[in-house]
Amino acid sequence: MHAPDGFIDAPVSIAAGVVAAGGLALCLRGARRELDDRTAPLAGLVAVYVFAVQMLNFPVAGGTSGHLLGGTLAAVLVGPYTGALCVAVVLLVQGLLFADGGLTALGVNITDMSLATVLVGFPLALLLVRALPRAKGWLPVAAGIAAGISVPAASLVFVGFYALGGTTDVSLTTVAAAMVGVHVLIGIGEGLITAMTVAAILSARPDLVYLNRFRKREAAAVPAAPMVQEV
Amino acid sequence: MRTRNLLIGLFLVSLLFAGVVSYYASSSPDGLEKVSQDHGIAANAKNHDLDGSPLAGYGVSGVGNARLSGGLAGVIGVAVVFLAASSLVLVTRRRKSNQATDETVSSSAPRP
Repeated sequence: MHAPDGFIDAPVSIAAGVVAAGGLALCLRGARRELDDRTAPLAGLVAVYVFAVQMLNFPVAGGTSGHLLGGTLAAVLVGPYTGALCVAVVLLVQGLLFADGGLTALGVNITDMSLATVLVGFPLALLLVRALPRAKGWLPVAAGIAAGISVPAASLVFVGFYALGGTTDVSLTTVAAAMVGVHVLIGIGEGLITAMTVAAILSARPDLVYLNRFRKREAAAVPAAPMVQEV
Repeated sequence: MRTRNLLIGLFLVSLLFAGVVSYYASSSPDGLEKVSQDHGIAANAKNHDLDGSPLAGYGVSGVGNARLSGGLAGVIGVAVVFLAASSLVLVTRRRKSNQATDETVSSSAPRP
């Protein structure tokens, strides 16, 4: 979903840049609280993993491919603020090193692929993990469903930017329907990759999965202190 | 599993994906590319400012073999993302521990 230069006009691209910068500044503040002895070692590798899996475009219907966005996955593993930063680092490296995603479109790309996916995906995953049964096996399901929904949501955020500053004259309903349609399919892939990755790490080290701190404890579980209290 | 082993595993899997498996990824246009081609949005796409750069388009310029060029680019990307993200984590944590130290010093009951 990396927008190139030229799709969105200059004023809206600049505005998106301001939104992205503000969002990332907030994330930097939030990440200071999130980065404890469990999340900090994992965070760098979550960014690496998202970068690597983003290279693996998988086919969806009709000569179209999709790839992981990774915001929900990162947020579930290391927390929403840190997760958004991880994806933003990936997008910056892609734009600056690999000429993937326009430099003037960085604000748009960070807003829809990093901030929006986390903003939609993480609260949804949190909600689902509390609504679904307590057993540990449901956590990857919650993460996968949330991740899947975050993809069409991100595509709608792009459509929003297009509505405000699209440089071509294409009917908005056409763009919205086409974007959401194809990204629902890509979202299925996103959901599967997210669920499988979370399940693998959860089975090896449940304590390293950030979302697991918010799962309702199973009946006999220890009344652990879920959050590290730092003032 | 020890944390260190899990982290090494994650790194190796990422290297494998970016360095080897990426060659087999679909080269069809992605969702946004396809929609913009189908509906005429792509007409306004501009070339990337860094199109001539050595790693543009996930390949290493000068390396003829597509598998090697793409794989090498993927490995370089993994290394750069790792350095960038880890530095960001370190800097963010250092600011946090500085703050904590300040507060410990100023408070009368320091915590370990």
